[in-house]
Amino acid sequence: MKSSNTIFLAAFIALSASWAGFVLVPQIQLGRADQAKTIPAEDKYPLARAGLAAQGAEVYRSLGCVYCHSQQVGQQGVKVEVLLLDAGTNASSTLAAIAKVHPELNKPETITGLPKEIAYVADIAASDALVKAVTAVGGKVEVNVIPTGSDISRGWGKRRTVAQDYIFDHVVQPGTRRAGPDLANVGSRLADLNWQLNHLYAPKSMVKDSTMPAYRILFEKRKIGKVASADALKLTGDSAPPPGFEIVPTDKARELVAYLLSLRSDAPLFESPVTPPPAAAPATNTVAAK
Amino acid sequence: MTATSPTTPSKIDSSCRLPLFTLFSGAAVWLVLSSVFGLAASMTFHKPDMFADCAMFSYGRAYPAWSHLLVYGFAIPSGLGVGLWLLARLGRVEVAKPLLIAVGAKLWHLGVMVGFVAIVNGQTSGYEWFELPRYAAMILFLSFMLMAIWVFVTYSRRTETALYPSQWFTLASLFWFPWIFSTATLLLQIFPVRGVVQSSVAWWFAGNLLNVWLTLSGLAATFYLLPKLTNRPLQSHYLALFVFWTVLIFGTWTGIPMHSPLPAWMSTLSSAAAVMMIVPMLALASIVFLTTIGAKTACGGGSLCFSKFGVLSFNLATLAAAIAACPAVARVTDFTWFTHGHTTLRLYGFFAMTMFAAIYHILPRVTGVEICPRRTKSHFWLALIGTLLLAVPMMIGGIKQGLKLADVSAPFLDSTKATMLGFRIGTLGEVLIAIGALIFLANVLLSILSHYRAIAKIAIADATAIQTAEVKL
Ligand code: HEC
Repeated sequence: MKSSNTIFLAAFIALSASWAGFVLVPQIQLGRADQAKTIPAEDKYPLARAGLAAQGAEVYRSLGCVYCHSQQVGQQGVKVEVLLLDAGTNASSTLAAIAKVHPELNKPETITGLPKEIAYVADIAASDALVKAVTAVGGKVEVNVIPTGSDISRGWGKRRTVAQDYIFDHVVQPGTRRAGPDLANVGSRLADLNWQLNHLYAPKSMVKDSTMPAYRILFEKRKIGKVASADALKLTGDSAPPPGFEIVPTDKARELVAYLLSLRSDAPLFESPVTPPPAAAPATNTVAAK
Repeated sequence: MTATSPTTPSKIDSSCRLPLFTLFSGAAVWLVLSSVFGLAASMTFHKPDMFADCAMFSYGRAYPAWSHLLVYGFAIPSGLGVGLWLLARLGRVEVAKPLLIAVGAKLWHLGVMVGFVAIVNGQTSGYEWFELPRYAAMILFLSFMLMAIWVFVTYSRRTETALYPSQWFTLASLFWFPWIFSTATLLLQIFPVRGVVQSSVAWWFAGNLLNVWLTLSGLAATFYLLPKLTNRPLQSHYLALFVFWTVLIFGTWTGIPMHSPLPAWMSTLSSAAAVMMIVPMLALASIVFLTTIGAKTACGGGSLCFSKFGVLSFNLATLAAAIAACPAVARVTDFTWFTHGHTTLRLYGFFAMTMFAAIYHILPRVTGVEICPRRTKSHFWLALIGTLLLAVPMMIGGIKQGLKLADVSAPFLDSTKATMLGFRIGTLGEVLIAIGALIFLANVLLSILSHYRAIAKIAIADATAIQTAEVKL
């Protein structure tokens, strides 16, 4: 190369290409995404975090939990199961209708002991023929979409996480390392406020052999006054404070736990369906928000 | 050298003195501090509750403090200093405005300090490899521009017009950093983009910083040092040009991990780019082979040793990253310590080693005082063994961790237990790296000090000579 212009031109072309690809295009494709509707309930999703939980996100960032915890669930595929709820009034014609679509199901057991799953198919579209055939003769079926994969088997989520789940987060912390479990759905998995507080104060007291560091900085050790504080942690064994003392969560601890309990990305979406939809948020979610 | 050339290598070297002293001494201090935090972070895995009452050293702060100090504190200033010297020497030109570059360097170090204090106090931005908060990022950007402008002016005043590969690499690195860094600062911190677009920007930035910037800056030094130290011509400029192009074209797309909430085409593209990085890696390997084969120079624990190990680490780290980008492997290695393993190999094994090589080559020329070879040799062995003990067990531990994570019948904590041996050895590696960093700091500071001592001696000698002359009068 003879001149510096060539060098700068080379650098400019290469860098502007990746800038366009990984900065500009995602911004155009995803940067203005707004709330979507869940299926089939048509609720708005997601809702922005408010109050304590929003402050807790800052505590989470500030303590660098992201270096050990991811917040994203992967899935390797989906399992679409067809449940036969009711064979209708004329069971044998239902069986005939089923057999037309799926000859291998042409056996009496198919329509006994209902409701039960009768077939697994590749995707929702593939279930259409069967659904049509059965409903035409008065039977009732339900089609369930069950995402599969190791994250899901571990109970880290009901479905994979998608861009939609994060639209209101700043800072988005999907994480790249799992020295600890994924937390994308920890709010529905471990919804107990006290469990979370105790775990932050002394992880080993809640999870045997835990290697998570304790966050005693988020708690205050106080001499018990005339009456013990109502919100003091109930601790036993090694982690219990000496007699006459109590461990009280600071505001930061409460915010952080409110945030953890708000972590939930399992709403069924068109791009990432899951049926039947997961149960509604447990009552403890609201307790944390005070 | 052309006959009319007004300058000499020693004049050029002394014009570099002030900026290089500032850049290198600061870099060495940050390197030591970074290894302290690296050590603190790795202690978490032996005694999780060690820093339960001390937020500053807790894992979530010690780790970003480590990476911040290593990349912004050590890597970038040393890369800039080496680049400046290369441009001056190869262009046969004295540095333009050394004082302003030194001021820029001071400002840079100030920005690093501000960022560091912010991180350990919990003002972390939350983006990996870009942890510093907005105000620190702005200081760094301004000071980089201040330095880069005068480095570029130096280059444009060159008297030697033929361009050497090291110059291409350095110039491209000067261009690269402001672009990626301003994009990250603007779109993550000043006018933050929405949702996962943040992740996309942050990963694009990190990929360009680690896989392109460090490569450009490091290879600029490699392509100068290897031929120089073995006393043979670079084999060949065409291959070097090929490395240059392929690093730019492929490297810039790396960074987005296989598993992410981003659209699948992005991670697919990024993984393909990581695999394609094998191409420049092979070209680099052949350059090094063709250039150094048959050379009779023993490396003796000096610059040549550092530089060769740097190339070896580059190749291993690039290969590991390429393998981990294949979907079947990524299913196991994503989210594990494997990534950390090959990233540290890149940072410590390739970049830092190459910078040590260059700095040990440059400093004696700038100060006029040799560095004690025994001390560079002990630094070499500590750094080499430390890096290997850190990176290799982390990669192996990462694979074991990934296999346990994929096996859903194994409880989660089995995956952490699987990495314990890796951490035991890795922490030992961190200790060696930290001791090596201390020796490096001593080498740099003693070298600078002995330069001033020599000047002082001459000044005193002159003064006494004048006095005696006056007495005689
Ligand atoms: C050094 C790595 C590390 C850091 C840093 C860390 N954790 Fe953990 N975390 C773990 C490990 C390991 C576990 C699994 C053992 C357990 O449940 O205690 C865990 C478990 C958890 C769990 C329970 C998840 C489950 O499914 O059982 C929660 C909640 C949690 N961490 C929250 C946090 C928060 C909040 C922070 C930041 C303040 C944090 N962690 C920082 C390693 C870490």
